[in-house]
Amino acid sequence: MASGSVADQEGQVMLLGFWFSPFVKRVEWALKFKGIEYDYVEEDLTNKSTLLLTSNPIHKKVPVLIHNGNPIAESLVIIEYIDETWQQNPILPQDPYERAMARFWANFIEQKVREPAREALFSKGEQQEKKVKELKEGMEVVEGEAKAKLNDKTLFFGGGNGVGYVDIVLGWTCNWMETIEEVGGFKVLDPESQPQFHKWMANFREVPFIKPTLEPKEKLVEFFRMVRQDRLGLVANK
Amino acid sequence: MAEEVKLFGGMWASLYSRRIEIALKMTGVQFEFIEEDLQNKSPLLLQYNSIHKKVPVLLHNGMPIAESLIILEYINETWPDNPILPRDPYDRAMARFWARFIDEKLIWVSWDAYRSKEEDQGKAIEEACKQLKALENELKEKEFFGGDTVGYLDIAAIMVASWFGVMQEVMKVELLTEENFPNLCQWVEKFVDCPIVKECLPHKEKMVEFIRVLLKDFLASR
Repeated sequence: MASGSVADQEGQVMLLGFWFSPFVKRVEWALKFKGIEYDYVEEDLTNKSTLLLTSNPIHKKVPVLIHNGNPIAESLVIIEYIDETWQQNPILPQDPYERAMARFWANFIEQKVREPAREALFSKGEQQEKKVKELKEGMEVVEGEAKAKLNDKTLFFGGGNGVGYVDIVLGWTCNWMETIEEVGGFKVLDPESQPQFHKWMANFREVPFIKPTLEPKEKLVEFFRMVRQDRLGLVANK
Repeated sequence: MAEEVKLFGGMWASLYSRRIEIALKMTGVQFEFIEEDLQNKSPLLLQYNSIHKKVPVLLHNGMPIAESLIILEYINETWPDNPILPRDPYDRAMARFWARFIDEKLIWVSWDAYRSKEEDQGKAIEEACKQLKALENELKEKEFFGGDTVGYLDIAAIMVASWFGVMQEVMKVELLTEENFPNLCQWVEKFVDCPIVKECLPHKEKMVEFIRVLLKDFLASR
């Protein structure tokens, strides 16, 4: 894909991403939920485009949303931008207190579930044990919240039958968590101690606009196994 | 219905709590400040923020909200007459991006630079300066991050206005210099001079003494 200057993208919605990134997937879910047309650009992890590097010079990471030539980075910031710019199918609740709660849980998921999961994936031994413990504690809290909020009539954290902000932020657990377990060599998911969370996962996976976007586990496992080996210098023949 | 607004916050040196004090005063909301002893947290605080057990926590008509940046957004949405966030969605996204940058990256990278051993310090300082430069470029020659008046990002950047100056004196490491960051340094002066900020922010000397005591074991080991 030819790289162009940011200013060339007038009147367009463009998403720079990696197929394997849970952060990118979140943004795609937000765009699809609202029915927003966008151009997707697959970036190369080993050879990031000029467009990406100029659009997100601070972090040099995906996802980056470019709207009317203006770039926005960080998945949670992007999702709020999408919600405020396109009014249909609201992602965040309308009520300020409910919004604060949704943002609180999004932050919690990031800090106490997603971050320890990533660190457990890319560590070993004692360090990994520490992170797995943190991850399990985070999952306990998530199960508690699921128990409190979800039931037969309220399938999603967004309320009722519709997904919302917290669902979109938590959604990566649906296929990335099993991948991380397999590649990292540990177990965190447990249907017995996490029944509500597992019900939520099953329901989330079946949401019509979500289902076709979920990457096959084998493909993710193969990819992340390679990245883990690379990060930990585990490759035998170098 | 009479509105009840309470802020559970840390003592004067607790900068995250000062963010909320400033925002509430700017909005003109009447509130009660309840000082928490962070070594001996009250049962109420532990109940209102059972997940993280931290300050600040805003209590509005009995409903608790935790996390300073989230509280700022709540204040902005609940008392919209004096908004602290920009109206334009893109400008809001930028304000949120930079506030996260300060909390998630800049502070930690700068802390590394301040406390690094001599052999690692050069690299750590370089990294911190790169990040400060990014913030300097975001500010450009605006009076405040919020434009003509103090806004969400200025309030979030209280860490830059207060903590950096204090750490510089305590750790004897220069990061935020006028030579390298003229815009930011000018912003610090203007920000701390705002009447509401002046009311809420502790005096630098008092902070320096406090941090010196807090870090005395660390300083002694160097």
